[in-house]
Amino acid sequence: MRARNTFATAIVLSLLAAAVPAKAQVPLTEGIQIGLSTDNVSITAGFSGADLTIFGSLENPDPLVARQGRYDIIVVLEGPPKPVVVRRKDRVLGVWVNLDSETFENVPVSYSVATTRPLQDITEPNSYKQLSLGASNLYMQPADAGDSPATIQEFTAALRERKSATGLYSENVGGVQFLSQNLFRATVRLAPNVPVGTHKARAFLFKSGLFIKESSAQLEIRKSGFEQSIFRVAHTYSFLYGVFAISLAMLTGWLGRLIFRRD
Amino acid sequence: MGIYLPIAEISVNIFVLLAMGAAVGFLSGMFGVGGGFLITPLLIFYNIPPAIAVATGANQVIASSVSGVLSHMKRGTLDFKLGGVLLAGGIVGSTGGIYVFAFLRRLGQLDLFISLLYVVLLGTVGGLMLVESVNALRATRSGAAPVLKKSGQHNWIHRLPLKMRFRASKLFVSVIPVLGLGAGIGFLSSIMGVGGGFIMVPALIYLLKVPTNVVIGTSLFQIIFTSAYTTLVHATTNQTVDVVLAFLLMAGGVAGAQYGAKAGQRLRGEQLRALLALLVLAVAIRLAIDLFVTPPNLYSLSAAGLN
Repeated sequence: MRARNTFATAIVLSLLAAAVPAKAQVPLTEGIQIGLSTDNVSITAGFSGADLTIFGSLENPDPLVARQGRYDIIVVLEGPPKPVVVRRKDRVLGVWVNLDSETFENVPVSYSVATTRPLQDITEPNSYKQLSLGASNLYMQPADAGDSPATIQEFTAALRERKSATGLYSENVGGVQFLSQNLFRATVRLAPNVPVGTHKARAFLFKSGLFIKESSAQLEIRKSGFEQSIFRVAHTYSFLYGVFAISLAMLTGWLGRLIFRRD
Repeated sequence: MGIYLPIAEISVNIFVLLAMGAAVGFLSGMFGVGGGFLITPLLIFYNIPPAIAVATGANQVIASSVSGVLSHMKRGTLDFKLGGVLLAGGIVGSTGGIYVFAFLRRLGQLDLFISLLYVVLLGTVGGLMLVESVNALRATRSGAAPVLKKSGQHNWIHRLPLKMRFRASKLFVSVIPVLGLGAGIGFLSSIMGVGGGFIMVPALIYLLKVPTNVVIGTSLFQIIFTSAYTTLVHATTNQTVDVVLAFLLMAGGVAGAQYGAKAGQRLRGEQLRALLALLVLAVAIRLAIDLFVTPPNLYSLSAAGLN
């Protein structure tokens, strides 16, 4: 008896929801959580890019919305922000020379996006702008705000274009898949030249085109083992590193002479 | 097989680098030059950032020069005193070059400057050498007696003060041009990542009239130290020396150099010079084309605040 009653209420509620969607929402709001299997990724000698899988769950999903596929998720892996100079070559006496340049503050070194559907199908351009979501909506802060908007726009576009061309900014449409009603899996690409440092993974939940919630986690990307040691030594003990490089060269030259001598 | 370069921060193919080292080593052994003028452009063509290509090129030059000097020491074709004076000038020039290098890098004009220097210098040296060696080849073919350099033949350089005697080179000459030449080579070494043999050798022969047989050994001897100094300064100020990259190039290079030296002994001097001239000109032309051809990407990115 009781069971039948609740069933009936649910039907009534969902009917109501269909009729007046804005007012009759279920009090429980949806949430999103993501988890990384590891909080650090090490780049080794053979690193030639990789896919990073991020698992996440949807809290309190509305089964009806879920069944109709109206939940959308966008997962972003954002590299550490760094200032960047964009330079443009122009012809001077026939030779291509770097002439104009524009410096931008806090540009994420890398920016990989994975989505359930093409970005334009998920929500409107305006909400992407507000969320500063997606490589083409990232706000790039020019160091010199006095430059003309046209120039800034031109260099911003060039910056995005170069970043995508080198694989640092990427988009993986269909990279987020629902494994069940609550569980999803996102696959973001790590470019071969992925920068080291603290990366931020963020997941955005949309319901019927409306932004609901965001969740984030941190990921440390670093060089491991041999390469990491060399890099660290080169920067902290640069004099000794230089001496080592010279000794290695002299030793190689001497050994090469011993082994391969032909006179 | 890929390998990750810790300083250049990119993955490259290990065999491409070994082969590149071996090919350049062979040529450098054959012509008695360090090969830096070939390595640095090749690395740049292979997408290694120019700043790292230059610093690592200087590092690699040490290995091939050591290898070469050892064989010259055995033959006694090395003037230590002349090399020492050249070196003193080289240290000064190299120091200046490092500052110019860091300055240009900040300005974003380093790549252009490196290419321009390569085109101008390689073009000039290659052109002059080609003309000279073709004339020499013609002269020998027509049967005319080769014009031998007379010891009494002097130019304005030999009238400068502060003369010094260099026994092994049978030379009595002012130290000013020697120091100046050393400084110029040192400057180029730090900006271009070259040992400077391709300029040093003709300059010693044509300007200072050093006997050809001691020129190569002496030039290599001083290049070891100028390049070592350049490597050290690049390592400390710019952190642009990649030992993994350098080692791969050296390993290929020293092997190739010994075979090249053997091959070089079978060719006559002017034939060797004509071939070297053609090679130098080819690199210059290749780099010049890049300067004039519309680049595929007009825009480039670099980290701001880089020194």
